Amino acid sequence: MTTTLLKRSLAASAFALMAGAGWAQESSDPIKLTLHDWTGQLITTQIMGEVLKQAGYNVEYVQADYLAQFAGLESGDLHVAMEMWETTGRDAMDASTATGKTEVFGPTGMKAKEEWWYPTYMKEKCPGLPNWEALKDEACAEAFSTAETAPKGRYLGGPVTWGGFDDERVEALDLPFEVIHAGTDAALFAELESAYQRQAPIMLWIYAPHWAPAKYEGEWVEFPEYTAECYNDPAWGSNPDSAYDCGKPFGEIWKVGWAGVKDKWPGAYAAVKAFTIDNDEMGQMITEVDLNGKTVEQVTADWMAANEGRWKGWIGQ
Amino acid sequence: MTPAGPSARPAARRFPAWLGWAIALGLLALLWLFGSGAFPWAFDYPKALRIPAARWITAFTKWLLNEATFGLFTFSEFTRFIAAMLDVPYRFVLSLISTGFLRGEGSQAVQILPPLSWVALIGSGALLGRYAGGWRLAALVAGCLAFVLVFGQWQSAMVTLASILVAVPLGVAGGLLLGVLAFRHPWFERAIRPVLDLMQTIPVFAYLVPILILFGFGPTAAVVATLIYAMPPMTRITELALRRVPSELTDLGHMVGCTRRQMMWRVMIPSSKDALMVGVNQVIMLSLNMVIIASMIGAGGLGFDVLAALRRLDFGAGLEAGFAIVALAVALDRLSQAFAHLRPEPAAGTGLAARHPYLISGLALILGAGIAGAAVPALQTWPEALELSTGTFWSSVVEWINVNFFDTIEAVKNAVLLNLLVPFKRFLGGLPWAGVTALLAWAGWRLGGWRLAALVAALAFLIAATDQWEKAAITVYLCGISTLFAMLIGIPLGILSAEREGVWTPVRVIIDTLQTLPSFVYLMPAVMLFRVGDFTAMIAVVAYALVPAVRYTVLGLKGVDPRLIEAGQAMGCTRGQILRRIKLRLALPEILLGLNQTVMFALSMLVITALVGTRDLGQEVYIALTKADPGRGIVAGLAVAFIAIITDRLISASARAARARLGLEAA
Repeated sequence: MTTTLLKRSLAASAFALMAGAGWAQESSDPIKLTLHDWTGQLITTQIMGEVLKQAGYNVEYVQADYLAQFAGLESGDLHVAMEMWETTGRDAMDASTATGKTEVFGPTGMKAKEEWWYPTYMKEKCPGLPNWEALKDEACAEAFSTAETAPKGRYLGGPVTWGGFDDERVEALDLPFEVIHAGTDAALFAELESAYQRQAPIMLWIYAPHWAPAKYEGEWVEFPEYTAECYNDPAWGSNPDSAYDCGKPFGEIWKVGWAGVKDKWPGAYAAVKAFTIDNDEMGQMITEVDLNGKTVEQVTADWMAANEGRWKGWIGQ
Repeated sequence: MTPAGPSARPAARRFPAWLGWAIALGLLALLWLFGSGAFPWAFDYPKALRIPAARWITAFTKWLLNEATFGLFTFSEFTRFIAAMLDVPYRFVLSLISTGFLRGEGSQAVQILPPLSWVALIGSGALLGRYAGGWRLAALVAGCLAFVLVFGQWQSAMVTLASILVAVPLGVAGGLLLGVLAFRHPWFERAIRPVLDLMQTIPVFAYLVPILILFGFGPTAAVVATLIYAMPPMTRITELALRRVPSELTDLGHMVGCTRRQMMWRVMIPSSKDALMVGVNQVIMLSLNMVIIASMIGAGGLGFDVLAALRRLDFGAGLEAGFAIVALAVALDRLSQAFAHLRPEPAAGTGLAARHPYLISGLALILGAGIAGAAVPALQTWPEALELSTGTFWSSVVEWINVNFFDTIEAVKNAVLLNLLVPFKRFLGGLPWAGVTALLAWAGWRLGGWRLAALVAALAFLIAATDQWEKAAITVYLCGISTLFAMLIGIPLGILSAEREGVWTPVRVIIDTLQTLPSFVYLMPAVMLFRVGDFTAMIAVVAYALVPAVRYTVLGLKGVDPRLIEAGQAMGCTRGQILRRIKLRLALPEILLGLNQTVMFALSMLVITALVGTRDLGQEVYIALTKADPGRGIVAGLAVAFIAIITDRLISASARAARARLGLEAA
């Protein structure tokens, strides 16, 4: 709705009477935080939103697609996106910040871990794991094969849109595997669930923080550690003629938002920038929600109660 | 039926038809088998000659979004104005049924009037049902809403309902007007047909980013996207229905001196009401079909619940939210059908209460429920403790099937995949673009003359020239096989349903369910049983594309003039003869429209199938969305639309040719 000036000033004065907090005089328009469709992001956003409410800001949660949201952030229809993963959202984020209409609000403190992953029961068939060189063994690769890929092993990669250079990695490390791309991460975990129920072979792309490593017993394959040279310089690593002969990078998870936040709500801007949380905390909260059936609100409230000193620091109290 | 003589084209007389086809196919086979050495360009379109359409389109969108202006205001200000206009009814409905009327915004908003409680809404729904269709309908509507309520989907359902209640009337009205215009002016019909094809076949993801920028992020952009997608069937059906109005009726209209306007709105539209209601049904169904995508761009509601549930692999929760969408669809559709058949009854008395019994009791109900809700909170909001849930039941069912039957399923899947899907895919992928384009042009010329030939050849060439050929081949393979299966299942089912009312009732429920239940709900269990890939994608496409195949077959068979059937019976035709010789032939236009729509529906599923890892044009559109590259997305989207248009035009032309051969008058 196009808010009329009258309504706005009414709301503002009503609010000033109620809260009386100094900062919130900035602007009483709602700060719009985007919600996506995975639990971790809902928790991060909810924590940020509740903290901003404590500081007297007007907050609104808007459901938006992870990548399509940039259109809204650029136009100022949306304001803050709490999780933009280096590993999956970097291109879109760079394209958007290049317009000057959005800016990165710093890292969340969480690190995205992404790598080839297998359930523990596969170790019996492939005893050399988690060392990646075990995968070169043909018997081991065949243990991971299906009718379509045999005799090569089947590796279920992430959606094409995630990048990840798995086709290149298989080539560079000369692994007898075929990369099949899942279209979406729901499909990825559906396949894992299916295989795990049957204790059937599977090798796939798993990322953290996520509930899957908590629910299923398994490990990440240990590839040669990622360095920037590995991706850029063919000479680096075990294969002198080819780049990507190493594992995937760890990535920051960034906060991004509309460039106008700084001027419209300077206090909130500082609070969003100050927000940090780490992988272990987040992993526990995700597990509480997705596996133990608590609601996001409950988990957020518990965190707020336990960490009062921390979040009060973000809003300068 | 008039015994119009077969007017064969001169081209068809020169040599027997089969010989021409045999030579054309033979040439293609020769090129395919032996031509790759001599004519490499016929297989791989030369890189240097590619048309950089993606770059042009990206530049154009940038210009449109940032610079285009009408003088007084810019293009994006104009679209923002439209968005603001759409937002007014949307906010009103949303306040009425979901959020209550608020003062202020965001978390500081103060509720000044609560929304209608579930008691009031279910009661009003039942009253509407009773008014339009009697107690049975009242019970059905109340039952659907109660299902949504007790399964704890009420809040989300009301958000979804609000956007549907805004989008559907706009879609129906817009579609009807365009259809009438197309009927009146042949030039308009010619102009709008490709536009309709584009609206229906360019995957929504392709134009999502520009729409978000132009209309703002939120429910209004979702309504706009819904309108673009859901309106075309209404226009098509309106035009077809108006053409089918018996000439006796229009003659009568002329005799009694109707004006042009009276003729349209008092004679033709009322008399084609049955067919028009199929259009209304389609607008409702397609709008609800957009719920998932709408939720991705800020509409929230049930679509969001489905996505979130499936991401946690909580099949039960996904199914519950999915069936809440179906329940809304059934209630809305049956209500709208009943209203269409409503005959105004004479008032029973003269008092205000006697003249408007439903209005008065509705207002009394809302007022009463409002007061009761203020006193007893459980009557305003259904208490959480009383919500039902299937819990882990559905996940357990899938697990049970998975653990016990996976090997059998895998064997069947592999057999189909390795013997049918993969060879067909390889075959199509290996065909030279130049040869296929030439064959299409030849088919176009034989079926519809040089204009059609030029059109299909140009479109096929553009697909190759914009570097989409390989992905287009995979698209044709996936949609072609799915359409085939959908028609093989759908037409017999449609015939059976049209012949026996007892079959039609359950079939109708099933196809309504298939069309509105978000495919995501059954796609993820399907992934568990069939793994990611083409087979799972095919299942999803067939399940969805089946719907028009059944629906249009039934529509066509039921629309056959009963006098002709009586005439057939009088001449001693058996039931089977009546079906084959009379009904099916006369229903051919609708069945072909069904085929056309089946192809369109199959193509529109491409975006969903991209989510289970296909490598076709749908995936390309999806990648473009994630890279925020409007040019790349629209080019791939246009390639999808071109495939649709080529198929549509060739099917229509061959239908015309077939009718001419059979001595049926062209409709």
